[in-house]
Amino acid sequence: MPIDSDSMGAAMTITLSNLSVGYDRHPAVHHISGVFAAGSLTAIVGPNGGGKSTLLKALIGFLRPMSGHIDFGGITPQQIAYLPQQSEVDRSFPLSVLDVVLLGFWPKIGAFSAVSSEQRGAAQEALEKTGMGAFAERPIEALSTGQWQRVLFARLLVQKARVLLLDEPFAAIDNRTTHDLMHVLQHMQEEGCTIIAVMHDLPLVREHFPQSLMLARELIGWGSTAEVLCDENLARATQLAGNWVEHAAECKKVA
Amino acid sequence: MLCPFLTDPALKRALVSAVLVSCSGAPLGVMLVLRRMSLMGDVIAHAILPGTAAGFILAGLSIPAMSLGGLIAGLIVALIAGLATRFTAIREDASLATFYLLAVAAGILMLSLHGTAQDLEDILFGDAQSVDNQMLVYMAGVTSFTLLALAVIYRPLVVESFDPHFMRAVRGKGGLYHVIFMLLVVLNMVEGYRTLGTLMASGLLLIPAVAAQFWSRKLSGLISISVLIAIISSVAGIILAETYKVPSGPAIVLFIGAIYMGSGLLGRHGSVRARYFPFRHFEA
Repeated sequence: MPIDSDSMGAAMTITLSNLSVGYDRHPAVHHISGVFAAGSLTAIVGPNGGGKSTLLKALIGFLRPMSGHIDFGGITPQQIAYLPQQSEVDRSFPLSVLDVVLLGFWPKIGAFSAVSSEQRGAAQEALEKTGMGAFAERPIEALSTGQWQRVLFARLLVQKARVLLLDEPFAAIDNRTTHDLMHVLQHMQEEGCTIIAVMHDLPLVREHFPQSLMLARELIGWGSTAEVLCDENLARATQLAGNWVEHAAECKKVA
Repeated sequence: MLCPFLTDPALKRALVSAVLVSCSGAPLGVMLVLRRMSLMGDVIAHAILPGTAAGFILAGLSIPAMSLGGLIAGLIVALIAGLATRFTAIREDASLATFYLLAVAAGILMLSLHGTAQDLEDILFGDAQSVDNQMLVYMAGVTSFTLLALAVIYRPLVVESFDPHFMRAVRGKGGLYHVIFMLLVVLNMVEGYRTLGTLMASGLLLIPAVAAQFWSRKLSGLISISVLIAIISSVAGIILAETYKVPSGPAIVLFIGAIYMGSGLLGRHGSVRARYFPFRHFEA
C-alpha cells in the first residue's frame, strides 16, 4: 500500500522508500515506495522479468539496493524466512524429511547446539500440520514435488519467522496441495506473521490474498487485491513487459 | 605372503599410513562428491605435484620440504580455481580441467629436469614404504585434526551443501565453512601423496565415496561405508604392491575400482542388480 505518514517506521512494518534493485546497473525494480503492514498477506504479481523475485532477494538481503532503502521496522534478519523457487535445492542429498524440518530451528540452535527432544516433537507436529506426518524418516529424494513443498512449509512452521518471503510457492503444485498449504499460510498470518509471496495464479491471488503489489519494473499498483488486479493495470503491465531495453540511458530520477 | 607385513617396519608403516589416509580422506570424499566437487578434488590433488617438485628441487628427497611445497601449491590452486570460476565467464568444469592439466605438466617438467625417473615415478604413483616415522606422526596429526574439524563443522557444511540459499537466508556463514572444508581437503591430499602418489591421491578420497552410494542413502551410512572401503582397499593395495613390486598408488586405486564395479553390479541402490532383479516392493 502507498506510504502515509502514520505507517512510516512503525514496528514490524516493512517500508520501501524509492527502492531500486537490479543487476549490472540495470534496475529490475525501479523506484518503488510503499509499506508491507505488520501481519499482512501480500501477493507480488506481474510479468516475467518484472522484478518480483528481485524484490524478494532485496528483502532477504541477497541483493543490495542500487538506490533508496528498506526499513524493517525493527525486524531482524533472523526473523525473516525465505523460500526460493523449487529448482534451487539439491533434492538428491541423503537427508531425511525430519532432518530438513529440523533445520527450521537454525536461528535457535545455530551450527553447533544439540536438537532437543521437544524440538523433535515440534518438527514432527509441523509435519502433521502439512500432511506429511507419516514421512518423517523417508529420504527427501523419494518425495514428489508437492510432498517436498509440504516439507518446506513444515520447516517454515518450525522456523516461526515474523516475515515469510515465498518465491512462487505454488508453481507446479496440484490444487489439493495448494489448498492445504494456503491454509497453513493463512494460519500463520493469523498468528501475526507478515507474508509476501510471488504469485502467478491470479484467481488464487483474488481468492486468498487481501493485498497485492503489481510490478513490471515500475510499480503499477499496490493495495487491496480487488483494486490492484483491475483490467487497466493488467494491460499496463503487459505493455511494459514488451519494453525491456538492453542499452538504457542513465536514470535521472532523484534517488 | 603376509609374514613380512608383521615384521618389516617399513611395511608396517606403509599399512598404518594407508589406514590413516583412509580414515580422514574418505569422509571428505563423501562431502566432495555430494557437493558435486569431484573435479575440484582432482585439481587439488594434481596441484600438489608442482609444489612437491619445487620442494624436491630445493631440498632433495626431504619429505617435510616436499609436503610443505605440496601444501602451499594446493592452497594456491584451490584459491585460484575458486576465484577463476567466480570471476571469469568460463564454466567451472572447463577452468578446473585447465588448471589440473597445467599443474601436472609443470610438475612433470620440473621433475624430469631435476630428478631421476625413479623419483618421478615415486612422486607420481606413490611409494608407501618410503613413509618414515616422522611422516607417520605428521599423518596421524592430520587425520586427527581432520576428523575433529569435520565433526565441528559437520552440520553447517551439510546444510551449506544441500541448501545454500537457506544457509544464506539464516546468515549461517556458509562461505567460512566452505573455506575450512577446502583447507581440510588440501591437507589430506598432501597427507596421502607419499602413499598414493600425486596422480592417485584423489582416488582414495573420491572413489570410495562414489562406491558407497550404491550401498547407502544416508549420510552416516555413506561415510562409514566409504571409510571401510578405503581401509580395505588401501591395505589390500599395499600388500599387492609389495607382492608384485608395483607402485602402491595404482594398486590401491585399482582395488577401490574393483570394489566400485562390484558395488555397481550388486549394490542395494541404483546398481544393475537393483535395477533388473529388485526385491519385492513395499505396500506403500
